[in-house]
Amino acid sequence: MADFLLEIGLEEIPARMIAGAEAELGRRVGELLTRERLLGAGGKVTTYSTPRRLAVRVEGLALAQPDTEEQLVGPSWKVAFPNGEAGPAAVAFAKKAEVEVSALTKITTVKGEYVSATVERKGRTAAELLAAELPKEVLSIYWAKNMYWRAGKPERFVRPVRWLVALLDSAVVPLEIAGIAAGNQSRGHRILHGDSPVAIGAPGDYPEALRRAFVEADVAARRHKIRKTLDHVTRAITETPGARWREDEALVDTVVHLTEWPTVLYGSFEAEYLALPEEVLVTVMRDHQKYFAVEDVQGKLAPHFLTVLNTQVDDEGRAIIRHGNERVLRSRFKDAQFFWETDQKIRLEDRLELLESVTFQKELGSYAWKTAKNVEVAQVLAARLKANGVVEFDETALLSAVQLAKVDLTAELVKEFTELQGVIGGLYARAQDLGETVAEAIYSQYAPASTDDGIPSTIEGQLLGLADRMHTIVAMFGIGNAPTGSKDPFALRRAANAVVKILAESLLPLTLTNVISSVQGTEEALLHVKAFLEERLSFYLKDVYGYAYDVVNAVLAANADDVQDAVMRAQALTVVRGSEDFLAISAAFKRMKNILHQASEKGEKIPKHGVQVSLLVQPEEYQLFTVSGDLAAEVDNLREDGNYVGAFEVIATLRPVVDAFFDKVMVMAPEPELRAARLALIQSVLDGFSGIADFSEIVVG
Amino acid sequence: MAPVPLTFQELLFRLQKFWADRGCILQQPYDVEVGAGTMSPETFLRVLGPKPFRVGYAQPSRRPADGRYGENPNRLFKHTQFQLILKPPPVNVQELYLESLAAIGIDLSRHDLKFEEDNWEWPAGGAWGVGWQVMLDGLEITQFTYFQQCGGLDLDPMCAELTYGLERIAAFLQDVDSIYDIVWARDPETGNVVTYGDVRLPEEVQFSVYNFEFAEVDKLWEHFRLYEAEAQTLLNKAGALFKQEDADVREKKRFPLLAAYELALKCSHLFNLLDARGAVSVTERVGVIARIRALAVGVARAYALQQVS
Repeated sequence: MADFLLEIGLEEIPARMIAGAEAELGRRVGELLTRERLLGAGGKVTTYSTPRRLAVRVEGLALAQPDTEEQLVGPSWKVAFPNGEAGPAAVAFAKKAEVEVSALTKITTVKGEYVSATVERKGRTAAELLAAELPKEVLSIYWAKNMYWRAGKPERFVRPVRWLVALLDSAVVPLEIAGIAAGNQSRGHRILHGDSPVAIGAPGDYPEALRRAFVEADVAARRHKIRKTLDHVTRAITETPGARWREDEALVDTVVHLTEWPTVLYGSFEAEYLALPEEVLVTVMRDHQKYFAVEDVQGKLAPHFLTVLNTQVDDEGRAIIRHGNERVLRSRFKDAQFFWETDQKIRLEDRLELLESVTFQKELGSYAWKTAKNVEVAQVLAARLKANGVVEFDETALLSAVQLAKVDLTAELVKEFTELQGVIGGLYARAQDLGETVAEAIYSQYAPASTDDGIPSTIEGQLLGLADRMHTIVAMFGIGNAPTGSKDPFALRRAANAVVKILAESLLPLTLTNVISSVQGTEEALLHVKAFLEERLSFYLKDVYGYAYDVVNAVLAANADDVQDAVMRAQALTVVRGSEDFLAISAAFKRMKNILHQASEKGEKIPKHGVQVSLLVQPEEYQLFTVSGDLAAEVDNLREDGNYVGAFEVIATLRPVVDAFFDKVMVMAPEPELRAARLALIQSVLDGFSGIADFSEIVVG
Repeated sequence: MAPVPLTFQELLFRLQKFWADRGCILQQPYDVEVGAGTMSPETFLRVLGPKPFRVGYAQPSRRPADGRYGENPNRLFKHTQFQLILKPPPVNVQELYLESLAAIGIDLSRHDLKFEEDNWEWPAGGAWGVGWQVMLDGLEITQFTYFQQCGGLDLDPMCAELTYGLERIAAFLQDVDSIYDIVWARDPETGNVVTYGDVRLPEEVQFSVYNFEFAEVDKLWEHFRLYEAEAQTLLNKAGALFKQEDADVREKKRFPLLAAYELALKCSHLFNLLDARGAVSVTERVGVIARIRALAVGVARAYALQQVS
């Protein structure tokens, strides 16, 4: 058994791509070696990465593939051996198979007798195989964006490959990738170690040899060190007793992939900047500088930050680096403050006319136009809600919020921090005393930004979010910008996901039809949008809530308009679907549906209204008629109360009756009238119970 | 005692010397308004074709919309880039770059340096590349790009483009909070200093006023149209000439594509001015960029043909 190591040395790989590439390298190498019978169940694949390298170590590798015997099949025996003597076909086949003619044998297959040769296949050594196959695997790694670097050479990779280490135990494997020949020399940290090569004696020495050269190649170890040091350094912030770094998993991930030898230091900024909104401060620190924010025991932002360095310095160096980082942050905050103050010179209301020159969509109009449309939609929704009277809201505040929702697009601060649109508008509305309801609605208009983000906390915010997105979706569909396949350049799926999520998780008594019909649009566009939203609802139930696809199909086949109701029905159906009676009744409903389908294919007329009871002749069918009628009434009552689990349980009690029916009754009776009566009966049973869910969609067994 | 940090002009001298010593031609700034060093023909056109080329030049880059009337300590309408093209890049280009930092007095063992992904793109020029922003103690000091395409053409060989932000680096080295406080030059005898503000503040103020308040939108559009038409006429003639198989090689070589490119650059600057005046709606923006792109890409294509003729 041998131990193998491959390290690909690169110029700095984008942080966001490293984890995926590291995993893919491990998978590709593992699969290659398994496929080539060099790696069995006892083997172990370990991967490493830093910004400048991807590496994989394989333990328990066979030094060579086992030799194998392969049976080759040639021409038919009669052709090869006419009259029992070897003819030209036999000679040719033997030559191709590299055996003597005398070694050819006869095999019998279903197609007849054929010539066969048994050949020995010598296994390749691990070194040969790796040298031949590994480069292709490495160059096939997927990168979100790659480049070429050698003149006239076809290879594309994320960044130029600069060195390679490939060791089988302590021997170099002679492989080459993009013109670089493998050796046993790696490189250490750019600054802390410098240019001198780092010799790797054997695969097992790899992580330790790199550690001596100030590179921690084990990603988990680096992450652990960063977290621990963040904790440790935060405790040193004596100016803010009880300080904590603000947990930010995505940022931890980023700095893990930006460093080879991480250390942490903290810096401070002038407390006056705390007068800027926290959202702005955190965005500058996190998104622009990759700093962790620090908060005090109350969770309020403190005037400090933590930065993860890719080096290790003495006290003097630390002072220099801290000073530098503080300078940068101060100038960024000063910028933000400048924008904030400049923006305040124009009140939000006065920005409305500026929206005339901000285009919403070329074919449609400006954001001033968009705002007017949003107001119209919001008015329709408001009128409907008032008529329903289920929830209370402040209509005046809602309409002001809709009116002012987009004006922050003209603010300097939003031009600088586009990720804060809406948030900035809300903050300005608050600063300008436009009322908390208005401010909060504007602030949260883009929530939820993703399926795991929360919905706006107020009715007004929810309505603003719905009106804006529904108008956008309908208008975009109207000009042919609906998403297709994987293309969704206007993020309409995300908008529709948010609509569904708001309808599902708010108290708003609105259906999909309600929100769609609140927007002006051609009938065709509205129908198209309806199907689109239903598809998003299905996605939401399956992928966000995790309901089984057949449950979702059953629920939506019955009714896909009331989102909250669909969620409740999916929930109830999930609870009951496992019971034996329920599965049996689902199977029975499916059978009924099939019978009806086949009958109508054959041109049978299925009476839609009423069962001719007098025509039913067998006790089982009469019983199905009466029991199902009674149960349907009971189910209706339970549905009214929203007790869907109860309703499903009642439906399941129909099982013995249905079983008896199918045991004894032949629906497709030869007499036309009887046949029609029976078809009408099962149609009415299906109709009576399919309002909550179409059980025929449930997959049994 | 810590060494006295480089003045603004010494910083430029050092970079120029460093790269000249490594085989780069030193060029002077291009004397037409550009938004970035990349747009100088020393980059935009020279990166095309197979001929190796190494050049460095300091390029004033004008971005009218970034003007702040000299009131913001960190933003300028015109800043200075030291632009470097290494075609093809040496394999140790990153190491050379780090040496250049040492040459301007940055002791990397005392600083934190990271190469963070930052890809570069100039859509109107059909140009893009992948690369990094080089972060020194949290400050972006250089854009390092492996240029992949220019004028819509694949580059073979590709090249490395290093763009040093001189004001930022100088403010960092001198540890000043405002660009205007950067020491531009120091009299070796008296020790008297001339600051960046002394040299450039009036320009920042007056051009902010012009760009935001006085530039006449109608005139700008008119200039745009005139330059565009002239560039287009040249491109049409170039198209006809380069299609002719029996055309005189000399005629091709002397065809004034460089002039066509200058006209395209003027259009680009006029567009930026119109933008600063708030005269370009988002709708129009796409269209105008497409018009500039047609010129820039047109020149690049013709230029590539001219090089092989």
